[in-house]
Amino acid sequence: MPRRIMVLDTVRCVGCSACVIACKTENAVPAGGFRDWVVGETRGRFPQLSLENRSERCNHCDHAPCVDNCPTGASYRAADGAVQIARAKCTGCKSCIAACPYGARFVHADGFVDKCTFCAHRAGKSTACTDVCPTECITFGDASDPESAVSRLLASRRWKVLAPETGTEPKVYYLL
Amino acid sequence: MPVTRRKFIRIGAASAGGMVLGGGLVSDWYGLDAPRLTDPATDGDRIVPTFCEICFWKCGVLAHVKQGRVTKLTGHPDHPLSRGRLCPRGAGGTGLLYDPDRLKKPLVRTGRRGEETFREASWEEALDRIAGEMDRLRRDYGPQSMALFQHGYGSSWFTHLFRAYGSPNIAAPSYAQCRGPREVGFQLTFGDGVLSPERVDMERADCIVLIGSHLGENMHNTQVRDFARAVGRGATVIVVDPRFSVAAGKADHWLPIKPGTDIALLLSWMNVLIEEGLYDRSTVENFTTGFDQLRAHVAGKTPEWAYARTGIRPELIRATARKIGAAKPAAVIHPGRRVTWYGDDTQRTRAIAILTALTGSWGRAGGYLLPTAMKVPKYPYAPYPAPDAPAADRAKPSDFPMADATLASGLCAATIPGSSAYGAKGWMVYGTNLPLTLPEPERVEAALQEAEFIVAIDVLPAEICGWADVVLPEATYLERADDIDAPAYREPYAALRQEVVSPLHDSKPGWWIAKEIANRLDLASFFPWKDVDEYVDARLSAAGIDRREIREKGVVLGPRTPCTYEEGIAPEFGTESGKIELYSAALAAAGFDPIPEFRPPEEPPAGYFRLLIGRSPVHTFGRTTNNRLLSEVCDENEVWVAASAARELGIASGERVVLVNQDGVEEGPVKVKATERIRTDCVFLTHGFGHRAKALSFARGRGADDARLMTRVSVDPIMGGTGMNVNFVTLKRV
Ligand code: SF4
Ligand code: SF4
Repeated sequence: MPRRIMVLDTVRCVGCSACVIACKTENAVPAGGFRDWVVGETRGRFPQLSLENRSERCNHCDHAPCVDNCPTGASYRAADGAVQIARAKCTGCKSCIAACPYGARFVHADGFVDKCTFCAHRAGKSTACTDVCPTECITFGDASDPESAVSRLLASRRWKVLAPETGTEPKVYYLL
Repeated sequence: MPVTRRKFIRIGAASAGGMVLGGGLVSDWYGLDAPRLTDPATDGDRIVPTFCEICFWKCGVLAHVKQGRVTKLTGHPDHPLSRGRLCPRGAGGTGLLYDPDRLKKPLVRTGRRGEETFREASWEEALDRIAGEMDRLRRDYGPQSMALFQHGYGSSWFTHLFRAYGSPNIAAPSYAQCRGPREVGFQLTFGDGVLSPERVDMERADCIVLIGSHLGENMHNTQVRDFARAVGRGATVIVVDPRFSVAAGKADHWLPIKPGTDIALLLSWMNVLIEEGLYDRSTVENFTTGFDQLRAHVAGKTPEWAYARTGIRPELIRATARKIGAAKPAAVIHPGRRVTWYGDDTQRTRAIAILTALTGSWGRAGGYLLPTAMKVPKYPYAPYPAPDAPAADRAKPSDFPMADATLASGLCAATIPGSSAYGAKGWMVYGTNLPLTLPEPERVEAALQEAEFIVAIDVLPAEICGWADVVLPEATYLERADDIDAPAYREPYAALRQEVVSPLHDSKPGWWIAKEIANRLDLASFFPWKDVDEYVDARLSAAGIDRREIREKGVVLGPRTPCTYEEGIAPEFGTESGKIELYSAALAAAGFDPIPEFRPPEEPPAGYFRLLIGRSPVHTFGRTTNNRLLSEVCDENEVWVAASAARELGIASGERVVLVNQDGVEEGPVKVKATERIRTDCVFLTHGFGHRAKALSFARGRGADDARLMTRVSVDPIMGGTGMNVNFVTLKRV
């Protein structure tokens, strides 16, 4: 079974939001909704400063509070480990939105809840954000294969996940 | 009527009631209806390769068209400038194509200039009117009385029209308001300019110096990719900027320099390279002139000397100079792009060029490349008539002796009687929104009132259209074909802009508009081709490029040519001496400093901040701020103020203020971003916001327009660039 994960290099990311625009057009995300977004985190005092740029999205958590809290089963875990939403089952009750510690979900203009799918309609080949990123900082792939690019990056670089204290076990990793 | 999801759910909730919440039913649902993913289905049923025009980098694009609608734009995998990737602006090009505010019909002014009152007109009427005015001006004052202001790739048709008509007055603000000083500074030193795409080889550099370039916020696709690759590889990055830019966030060393003092820093870097013997001896000995004068010139300009002027600690200046020296020749000091700041900008770029010469990085891998373009012969037109007069952009012929292009600011001034040898009476403005582009707004408005005739050709009802007598709606880059693009680049190529969808509304492609005007002016012989395809085909066949192949692929790659001395290019310099001129005899002869001198710019008065401007990664000046898709990421600008300065003023982040400049001009309101990321003596604004045009229904009134605050300029006496960083503002609470 593949285990699809995403690795983003904060050292290379310039926070340009090409990933956001490409995602919106690829997935026809209506105005006001975002499946990914960019965060720039500044630390320190002038002139001792550091800046971390992150393109964030659903973490497709291994322990996904959204799935646990979905009363209809619309939020579910797909075979490749990604967390998905079956639109036909979603009533738009927003339990999952409340449960997600990352703010990854939003109510789509057509009534259901929406979020990053890891571009599942492309059958795991690549994602729109990975393809567009001008800094080549996004890598998408199969962590169950130790030779894959994502596995090699995680083995060779320092990394973190977001809000690890929540115990969600994210599948989106940030290289430092 | 299609049942929307929301309605469906409402119906479902009404009929099935509590079932939805009944816990036990969840798994049953799961079992009955296996989860199915929804395919957004945005892949095109047709994919048209073309190239982008959201900025002027011109990346290759694949346009997906589904049922006649462009669904998405992705990076062309084979185009050397995109290699499958795009910047956010390029990816958001559909926001321009489907902008509801687009110009839809030719317009003829009904009220007074600037009132923005128009009636719709037929193309026939609009073109007749334009040709009639151009014919009258030609008869009354000669063809030189018409000026063309232009920007963008589609302007080639209008430049051609103006040459055929006989006017020398063709100017792009991208020269005197942007990168002109840089081209002249490098020309004077190496006998060659910087080009666009810039000839820098960041991909292979071991040390990259950005001095006044904010790559990452300035998003020229390939350049940002090369920069990111260098960062990823661990190249040394040195960023000189009063603001902690995104690039500064990637840097090994950030030098938060006092604005206006770059020349002092550059001279002290030269001092260290020379004193410590870190310069490239073979380059200096074999290919330069004036090293002794340079050595004497920078002898006292130590890091300690520079510290007092720049505020950069001497240890940091030394450490960074040594890193540059250690990496040479694979050390690239980026020339920047918009460099019209203080009026000494050619000299500042000269200092960058001289430092480049000292590192020996010109013509070397990891430095400045010597790229060539694929050979695509020009269309064999008859020769243009020789203009009867030189361009009207200078008050005296001796002004700005090193300018190698016409000054847009000068043509604007020449429209006001008495400012030039002869007046510019008529304006054609293609793709450049002069009121937000040229400084000195009062002068621009005076010129706009003075002109006898103004025609604007654009895709959006930008401010300039409000001043025009006739406005023509051009088709966007996704609805038209244009000339072939084959720039000098390390991977030579030829690319085609192709019509992805037919023009929406009543818009027309530029080639057609230019040809129709020419036909009405007895200049049809200069437009002998039937349409753009016939024109392009003629050039393609002269170049030996297979037209079916390029139409299908959008781009063809030429053979790789050597780009460095290592690859066998013989060092040759187009300067007077035939060498790299560290000391410029040409500048000396014209009465300018032969080696750059540092002269401090005027300080802001007490209580004022120096106004600095730059870019947002999702916008190309004011051209995209009405793009609703891109605006989802950034829909107004903010004024960056040092957190400590904001505290002193009692202004909080997010509060709105009005900016008031030294001449009492007010602009805004604009949101404050109080941040540690900027010095206390300046504020920063991204350019392109604060639109006032009535018909830009989205962008209108969002943020502040810096151009209105640029009431003063410091003009570069060498080439006429308008330095704009000489304006100061205070923040007024609203
Ligand atoms: S496109 Fe790439 S560089 Fe730009 S914000 Fe997204 S991840 Fe970062
Ligand atoms: S850099 Fe961006 S806006 Fe400019 S041409 Fe390339 S994709 Fe288009």
